Amino acid sequence: MNMLTEGRPTKQEANIAMPEPGAVQTHTGNRALMVDEPLIFETGSPDRSGVDLPEAPAVDSRLGGLERDDAIGIPGLSEAETVRHYTRLSRQNYAIDVGLFPLGSCTMKHNPRLNEKMARLKGFSDIHPLQPVDSVQGALGLIYELATWLKTLTGMPAVAMSPKAGAHGELCGILAIRSALEARGDAREVILVPESAHGTNPATAAFAGYKVEDIPANADGRVDLDALKARLGPDVAGVMITNPNTCGLFEPDMKAISDAVHEAGGLVYCDGANFNAIVGRVRPGDLGIDAMHINLHKTFSTPHGGGGPGSGPVVFSEALAPFAPLPFVEKSEDGHFRLVEEETAEEHHASSFGRMVAFHGQMGMFTRALTYMLSHGADGLKQVAEDAVLNANYVLRSLEDVLDAPFAKSGPCMHEALFSDKGFSNGLTTLDLAKGLIDEGYHPMTMYFPLVVHGAMLVEPTETESKAAIDQFIGALRSVAERAKAGDELLKSAPHFAPRRRLDETQAARKPILVWQEPEEYAEAAE
Amino acid sequence: MRYLPLTPHDRQDMLATVGVSSIDELFVDVPEDARLDGPIRDLPMHAGEMAVEAHMKKLAKNNSAAGDMPFFLGAGAYRHHVPASVDHIIQRGEFLTAYTPYQPEIAQGTLQTLFEFQTQVARLFGVDVANASMYDGSTACWEAIVMARRITKRGKVILSSGLHPHYVSVAETMARFTKDQLVNAAPTLEAATDGANLLDQIDDDTSCVVVQYPDILGRISDMSALVEKAHNHKALLIAVVTEPVALGAITSPGQMGADIVVGEGQSLGVGLQFGGPYVGLFGCKQKYVRQMPGRLCGETVDSEGKRGFVLTLSTREQHIRREKATSNICTNSGLCALAFTAHMTLLGEKGLRELAMLNHKKAVAAADRLAKIDGVSVLNESFFNEFTLVLDKDTRPIVRKLADQKILAGVSLGRLYPDEGKLAHGLIVAVTETTSDEDVEILATALEGELA
Repeated sequence: MNMLTEGRPTKQEANIAMPEPGAVQTHTGNRALMVDEPLIFETGSPDRSGVDLPEAPAVDSRLGGLERDDAIGIPGLSEAETVRHYTRLSRQNYAIDVGLFPLGSCTMKHNPRLNEKMARLKGFSDIHPLQPVDSVQGALGLIYELATWLKTLTGMPAVAMSPKAGAHGELCGILAIRSALEARGDAREVILVPESAHGTNPATAAFAGYKVEDIPANADGRVDLDALKARLGPDVAGVMITNPNTCGLFEPDMKAISDAVHEAGGLVYCDGANFNAIVGRVRPGDLGIDAMHINLHKTFSTPHGGGGPGSGPVVFSEALAPFAPLPFVEKSEDGHFRLVEEETAEEHHASSFGRMVAFHGQMGMFTRALTYMLSHGADGLKQVAEDAVLNANYVLRSLEDVLDAPFAKSGPCMHEALFSDKGFSNGLTTLDLAKGLIDEGYHPMTMYFPLVVHGAMLVEPTETESKAAIDQFIGALRSVAERAKAGDELLKSAPHFAPRRRLDETQAARKPILVWQEPEEYAEAAE
Repeated sequence: MRYLPLTPHDRQDMLATVGVSSIDELFVDVPEDARLDGPIRDLPMHAGEMAVEAHMKKLAKNNSAAGDMPFFLGAGAYRHHVPASVDHIIQRGEFLTAYTPYQPEIAQGTLQTLFEFQTQVARLFGVDVANASMYDGSTACWEAIVMARRITKRGKVILSSGLHPHYVSVAETMARFTKDQLVNAAPTLEAATDGANLLDQIDDDTSCVVVQYPDILGRISDMSALVEKAHNHKALLIAVVTEPVALGAITSPGQMGADIVVGEGQSLGVGLQFGGPYVGLFGCKQKYVRQMPGRLCGETVDSEGKRGFVLTLSTREQHIRREKATSNICTNSGLCALAFTAHMTLLGEKGLRELAMLNHKKAVAAADRLAKIDGVSVLNESFFNEFTLVLDKDTRPIVRKLADQKILAGVSLGRLYPDEGKLAHGLIVAVTETTSDEDVEILATALEGELA
């Protein structure tokens, strides 16, 4: 037998016919790295496991006759299969690690990996919330240190650390407002919320028992101060204002708004979702607000994790500080940290409105946020706001010739640029443009929000994008916008290259399938 | 600054494109007296990785990590072994740094895991459907109470005395504002749960009865009779599970007829982390699905007919319904839900059952050992992996003293119920697969020393 000396071919044969797009079909339906992954219920088995456990001691059980005797129906996979299952699924996700994520009002900035490493130190990750306080002095010290940063950055005297996310923080702020008003015997019924507000604002006010009324906006996309003043009165408990607002604009009258609300006996809640635009440059406390939540998962880079966990500490003015929820951390003269909770609250915090959550809040997020703050420092955080605002204005001015920017004439934007669908033709919509951006390799911007702009597109590049990355994104968005204006029919069926084509959300809602069920033929066969 | 890519040259170029000469011109809308001229005072300047790490490690070292010593705390947060691959999976950047899956074509990874999570939770709880997670068990419990009010249009809420006191506190806080009427009491140190007492309180004004299973003292009892009476009065039974591993060993609340089952999912996949982030579990009967709070993931098809998943029934939610939403919740606990579902997938039914029985039998052995100590009795006749010791004195100083000796002995009921003098004699002790025989012996010896 002769030795094969030619080796494998390294070059494609010349002159072969190239197939039409779509002509190549695969046996599996997969396309190289783009592979579908079945559900664990289709591949796993109840008697397979990726965990080895030791023998249980030979004692009789003491379950009070309540032994579970039904089949639970939870399939297992070996570790090898488990890792592959989730790895394959992960590859069907867009993420900040994959590319620029311009989701307005969501502040999708880089999540530093040092934060992750620090959160996994066993002194933070492996401590129980009810350990004696002397055994968790470092953890309490960390909460205290983070609280100090938040108070200093906002210029506010107090902070509640326990709220679990932004909307939970809103609730905390509104309950404090209600408690303060009730404490002075001045029950009021109405909270005013601008139409442009995030949906959580009116939902929160309603959850806390308030009636919600709109604050009108002026043509510049800002709160109409005169209209607001006209509505203030003895029935208005307060206002919820997002600043910078959801149109990406700073409310220049914020101080005047606060003063007017205070004069009318109300209190001011500020939605701090957009704090990234002003962190280190403006202190909300200087604008007269009484409460503001801070999304640690936005401004302070804790990961969004595909929808949480978040963390929403709330800073308070002197007027609201006494009503803050339990628990919180205090520092004694001798440097010892104490946890003020039910056991110790009576003497120290009699007017607290109570507890909002079990335990102490999102410690894992506190660790990451403090790591982020220490990394940036006061100078770095100021640079964060400046670069975030610069990047957004750069996007705004680079695209306002092709996309309608309804508030561009009123001056610079803050950390996000707002566009509308004006000028799109052939029935194309913001949704079509967004799906076209997916084909270009980007996660779309926030769509149809705020509600005050038709077909709104809210672009927030954040400070962690390079100029080259932003230029590339601008090029892609410009191209898709031009296609939308030219009425390119192909946009209506975009995305063409994603792991899935457009999904039928109407069918999903009409006949909801929320859990997996064995296909009928299997069920019948089993009978 | 290592996280900021713009160079001074980039900034100059970009300012020119924007048409301004300095960054300050972009902040013109900020009133002049609110503009800061330099970095905020009283805070440190930026620091490198090494310096930050040194600072954080110093703080971390000033805590007693559970894994470094005999450890017996539970009461709503449990120390379990989390397989190494779980942390690997949740650190995949495509999961870790993704947003809520609002663009489903490029979020099938997150969506499919949520669909699997919902199915696992529903089956574990023995109910028809589950949502894509809540913040934690305590807030899930409150949301269930609010949901019951929406369904029954009634405001009387009967809380079992075995419900975790923090969960009770959250409900009390919220009820003050919603004007719901809460009926509740502190537990008593008895072997039997308060089921019989709860039965008497159910009437035609009752919206729901909230029962923890196993309860705060570790007791388990059949809730079928409560379900029956509640249903006779058109009220709902809400079951609360703070230790989901238990449901690998004991009958699910859904099997006993519970209408809504909520819980804390931390035990699976999520570490102790000083109390958060955790993951709220929320399931219910199919007929109540449109009254559920929180995100739901549902199956559908794409335009080529391929199966895919989307967020669905969002007309319940705040971003559509605003002040008429079922809840103000927006962010949930996605990454912790991923950890939960990955851990559950690794276990499978067989592994879950084995893990549950291992926990239970280790706890039985530990309870028998500790019951031999003079001056100590075990309250529970039945329990899962947690039981209550009754001593003849306040257990708080003992817990603190043992912690100083690097033994984390359990949770004193005195800490949870500061107003109930007698309860301070109770000590909740949790035993899991991570507890060794040696740990139990060390605790027993230390308690003997304290009580001698």
